[in-house]
Amino acid sequence: MRVGLFIPCFVDQLFPQVGIATVTVLRRLGLHVEFPESQTCCGQPAFNTGYWSEARELARRCARVFDGYDVVVAPSGSCVAMVRNFYPALGVAPPPVFELAEFLVRRLGVTDVGARFPARVTYHDGCHALRELRLKEEPRTLLRHVRELELVEMDAAETCCGFGGTFAVKFPHISGAMDEVKCTAAARTGAEYVVSSDSSCLMQIATQLRQHHPTLRTISLAEVLAST
Amino acid sequence: MMNTQHAAQQFTQATRRAVAQTERRAVIRRNIGSYHQKVAEGKRRYANWAAARDRAAARKQQVLAQWDRYLEAFEANVIANGGRVHWAETAEEARRIVLAIARQHGVRSVVKSKSMVTEEIHLNAALEQAGIEVVETDLGEYVCQLRGEPPFHIVTPIMHLSRQEVAVTFRKKLQVAASDRAEELTQIARQRLRAAFLRADMGITGANFLIAETGQIAITENEGNARLCFSGPPVHVVLAGIEKLLPTVSDLALFWPLLATSGTGQSLTVYNSLIAGPRAGGELHVVLVDNGRTRLFAAGEQREALRCIRCGACLNICPIYQNVGGHSYGTTYQGPVGSVITPWLRDDDDWSHLSYASSLCGACTDVCPVGIHLHHHLLANRRDAVARGRDAWWQRVLFRGWLWVMQSPERYRWAGRLATWAGAVGLRGPRGFPMPVRRTFRDWWSGQR
Repeated sequence: MRVGLFIPCFVDQLFPQVGIATVTVLRRLGLHVEFPESQTCCGQPAFNTGYWSEARELARRCARVFDGYDVVVAPSGSCVAMVRNFYPALGVAPPPVFELAEFLVRRLGVTDVGARFPARVTYHDGCHALRELRLKEEPRTLLRHVRELELVEMDAAETCCGFGGTFAVKFPHISGAMDEVKCTAAARTGAEYVVSSDSSCLMQIATQLRQHHPTLRTISLAEVLAST
Repeated sequence: MMNTQHAAQQFTQATRRAVAQTERRAVIRRNIGSYHQKVAEGKRRYANWAAARDRAAARKQQVLAQWDRYLEAFEANVIANGGRVHWAETAEEARRIVLAIARQHGVRSVVKSKSMVTEEIHLNAALEQAGIEVVETDLGEYVCQLRGEPPFHIVTPIMHLSRQEVAVTFRKKLQVAASDRAEELTQIARQRLRAAFLRADMGITGANFLIAETGQIAITENEGNARLCFSGPPVHVVLAGIEKLLPTVSDLALFWPLLATSGTGQSLTVYNSLIAGPRAGGELHVVLVDNGRTRLFAAGEQREALRCIRCGACLNICPIYQNVGGHSYGTTYQGPVGSVITPWLRDDDDWSHLSYASSLCGACTDVCPVGIHLHHHLLANRRDAVARGRDAWWQRVLFRGWLWVMQSPERYRWAGRLATWAGAVGLRGPRGFPMPVRRTFRDWWSGQR
């Protein structure tokens, strides 16, 4: 199986540790992963803002970059949803992309990646992972198999954190209010970490946590799974 | 109806004010919370909610596929039942038709049941201007009318108010000594509304469904006020959007429980009436309102939104609606469905900002009982706004530049470095978001090889 790694541009630029953790987990399972270095962005910001012809050019580019791989794995539900669910709207055939938890549980049938993470955590469902990819149990299954990890559910785990890409910039006050609701629910669990498959959600959540709940931190699912 | 200021600016200001009102947001959260509980119970009564929803979606889609045919059948059957049908292409035309009917009968007093299409065409103001008294008889709408406010929500018009605030409104506007006990407040409203029903010489209602096969008008309500509106006064005028059609009367077996479950969590709404013609000695007029609906039909995939049965489920689930509330939108239809349809229904201003005022979380699409892909239509609206040149010039330049960067791994790498340096001298992303790090993933990757 030829496994291509798709590291979304903001993970590459802002949260490289999430990409590194993804590689760590996949290699631990004995997979050989490749990272085509010509990849850039999947086109989602343009697509979501209405610039479909710009998005189409990047979609074509992305499909070319990952041509020939049996599977393409990305540590982001959002970018995977863009490629799999929205490329067809742009007339571009999507490469076979998988979100990390989806790939592990659904494709490989792996639920225990041999991780250890001694902490109480709560899981935030990224909207794209949840509603575009229908991933609800997969990340939780993986977390339940992490040694010394306690998973507690928050109220409104499925409620949007308010990021929404350019939405967070265009309507910062609404985005901030949504973030506040989310973080209040997360803090009520008494967890030490908010975990999610999407670093963009975590970036949004972290902004609010820094100000109002400094003892609660964020960490990506990939990093939890990479910990031993 | 617009001020000199544009709708987009008004929206930004109104939402800024709304999110600052933490107590108001708490009232909304509480009211929506009890709604969600009831709806969850309601859905459990279904053996297969998803199948019911697929069926309903297909049925409404069938109407849209042969819309002209169903409309003409409905018209013919209303006439056969002894009613009259009027076609209104615009809000102005609809108002003119209703005013003409009122004048013809020397109407001085109108009772109305809840109807969003009458809000859409600003009917009350037109009637009052013509010297005709209008009384809203749905309790929530009555409170709205007393407060001089538009409905906060298409189904629950005063969901933003606490009981105490309703009591204050009654004391101030009706000059009564009212406690904030619900029973006492409803009794006060009841007395006032009884008098209004008795003096009314025309009743105006909306319609939840128009049955093509029989020419019947289906009205759903919880208070019995709509019944008094159409059975008391000699003249009954129905205002309905042209998308309200269902093929046959047996479709109601699917749609009545669906609407009740999604709207309020009830198995069935308390009163469901079917009107097949005028009351003895009276008149029935049906005004079919387009007012932009055919424009929405011509839009493209967004026409799917014409399936909407106005249950309000997408508003209640929407985290944006929950935080900014109904009045911030400045539209008749709020929440996700309002943001999808308003840019097409209204040509008085550019309403495309509403399509952008969404995080695209998709919760609305999940709860829609007629399977409208609401968040995908918001995306399509954005695409169309750009295609019609409604985007800001700087944003267009920005995305062209961004594309140029992203088309080359080298330019992408350099843009990242530039941003890192900018971050190093103190520049931050919007809202304090971080700037790119010194050692990116690809640096790590090439380093470990």
